[in-house]
Amino acid sequence: MRLDQRCIVNMIKKKSTILDIGCGDGTLIDYLCCYHQCDARGIELDMSCVTQAVSKGLSVIQGNADYDLKNYPTAGFDYVVLSRTLQAVNHPREVLQQMLRIGQYAIVSFPNFGHWTLRLQLLFKGHMPMTNVWGTCWYETPNIHPCTLTDFVSLCKKEGYHISQWMAIDDHGEGEKAPWRRSIRLANFFGEQALFLLTK
Amino acid sequence: MINSEIKQVMADENQNESIQKMIFSEGLVLESGQKLSHLEIAYQTYGKLSTTKDNAILICHALTGDQYVASVNPLSKKSGWWSRMVGPDLPIDTNKYFIICSNVLGSCMGTTGPRSMRLDQQTMGYWGVDFPTITIGDMVNAQKLLIDHFQINQLFAVIGGSMGGMQALQWAVSYPDRVYAVIPIATSSFHSAQNIAFNEVGRQAIFSDPDWRNGNYWRYGVIPSRGLAVARMMAHITYLSEDALNRKFGRRLQETMMGSSSLILGEMFQVESYLHYQGSNFVRRFDANSYVTITRAMDWFDLSQNYNGDLVKAFSHVQSRFCVISFSSDWLFPTSRSRAIVKALNRVGANVSFVEIVSDKGHDAFLLDEPDLDLVISGFLAGIKRQRQLKNNAS
Repeated sequence: MRLDQRCIVNMIKKKSTILDIGCGDGTLIDYLCCYHQCDARGIELDMSCVTQAVSKGLSVIQGNADYDLKNYPTAGFDYVVLSRTLQAVNHPREVLQQMLRIGQYAIVSFPNFGHWTLRLQLLFKGHMPMTNVWGTCWYETPNIHPCTLTDFVSLCKKEGYHISQWMAIDDHGEGEKAPWRRSIRLANFFGEQALFLLTK
Repeated sequence: MINSEIKQVMADENQNESIQKMIFSEGLVLESGQKLSHLEIAYQTYGKLSTTKDNAILICHALTGDQYVASVNPLSKKSGWWSRMVGPDLPIDTNKYFIICSNVLGSCMGTTGPRSMRLDQQTMGYWGVDFPTITIGDMVNAQKLLIDHFQINQLFAVIGGSMGGMQALQWAVSYPDRVYAVIPIATSSFHSAQNIAFNEVGRQAIFSDPDWRNGNYWRYGVIPSRGLAVARMMAHITYLSEDALNRKFGRRLQETMMGSSSLILGEMFQVESYLHYQGSNFVRRFDANSYVTITRAMDWFDLSQNYNGDLVKAFSHVQSRFCVISFSSDWLFPTSRSRAIVKALNRVGANVSFVEIVSDKGHDAFLLDEPDLDLVISGFLAGIKRQRQLKNNAS
């Protein structure tokens, strides 16, 4: 499992109910079902990933975070997870609203656009930054709503969401660093990924 | 004279003594309120029922299917209609699961239907057109008697495609605690105006056959074969996609037509000959009254009917896990219908998986070689079995 997924697991109480939006092949929910006695379900846009997930016996449906969340009952889940998908949805704000309608907690992880390597690339090269995380050209990237860690904190403030936990996570190709939390400003500069646990 | 013909047909029927049947002399009260005083259910089983009776899978067949899901049909001598799916080490593995497949109520392969002898009257004869109107719910209620007979508390799964999928959905709604998982494939929660229209054209083709004789053809020793064949031909088109037909036949001509001057009559294109073959094969194995009865049952089908047209309410008590499967080129029961089912299930917080399998084979894809379908079904069954064990161990 990816480091951010392991951090998400640590945020989730055993035997809870989870909806994972953009669940990919279902690695996270599979783990939560098997080792945390959770009732975990997923939505995934890519049909081949859905087929893989369902072929593992997971409750995954093909669907779109922007359109299909409205079909879920209010307070139907303990946690709603959106990992590394927020930057790719059409309406991030509405998706967050839906998440906190459906779940008691929303867990959101996203790549931090404020990371120093991206800032330097833009400053010195004058190009849209390209890194491991932001690996596609601006004209074909699915990440249409990049934001920085502080941008996200501002949005939460504006929407009145309470940040119960947050952390910055670095995961490089090889060797993973532990999650850390110091000041938000430092994290906004040095954190590759951001992970938040929100409540209303 | 007529009586002697009946005896002849009865003698033909008696050749089918090998058909495995369960007789329910208490009969069945139908949703219409009418009562069938005598009910017989023909069925096949495969694999072994576990001592705890927790490994039973009911497979529901489609409109013209039968109970021979994985074994040779003794009449047609054809191999089982889903023998590529059900068997040892196949996706629905008979080494692991106890498979039950019963012929649906109203059909003509041994279960009570228009082709059955009527036992509630002095005069000898078939039910024929007098067979009562039945519903998908009635089919499921009949299956439930069989499941009760096996003393199976909870089916591990109910699986079905097309009309079989309707039964699977009906099971989840009618008997929520009796089904652990439901796999409705290429199906719908209701029959649309277009679905009904196609069925009606088929029925009218049968009715317009001079040999139909108001449904009493059997008294005269004939069958409305032309009408029934046309009905089948037309229905068969709806089971395939345009791409599948094009790939299979394109505009290729019959070899006999090359250089022939008479191009109006007779078979010209290969696709015509294929349809004729499908039609003529069908009339040999299927009863016209059964066809009319079952297509009517499908037309009546609307899961939300008893719930003010609200599918969400219909699903409000379901407890089963669902794996809804559709095919991208199915235009008879398109993916949008499966999505509507999934949406309603999500609204009640039901546990549902959903895949649309990319295929150009149309509605019939569920019967054909679709590796992704195999993967999804075997994987889903294995996964939920594992999760059920984990849950049981935890509790």
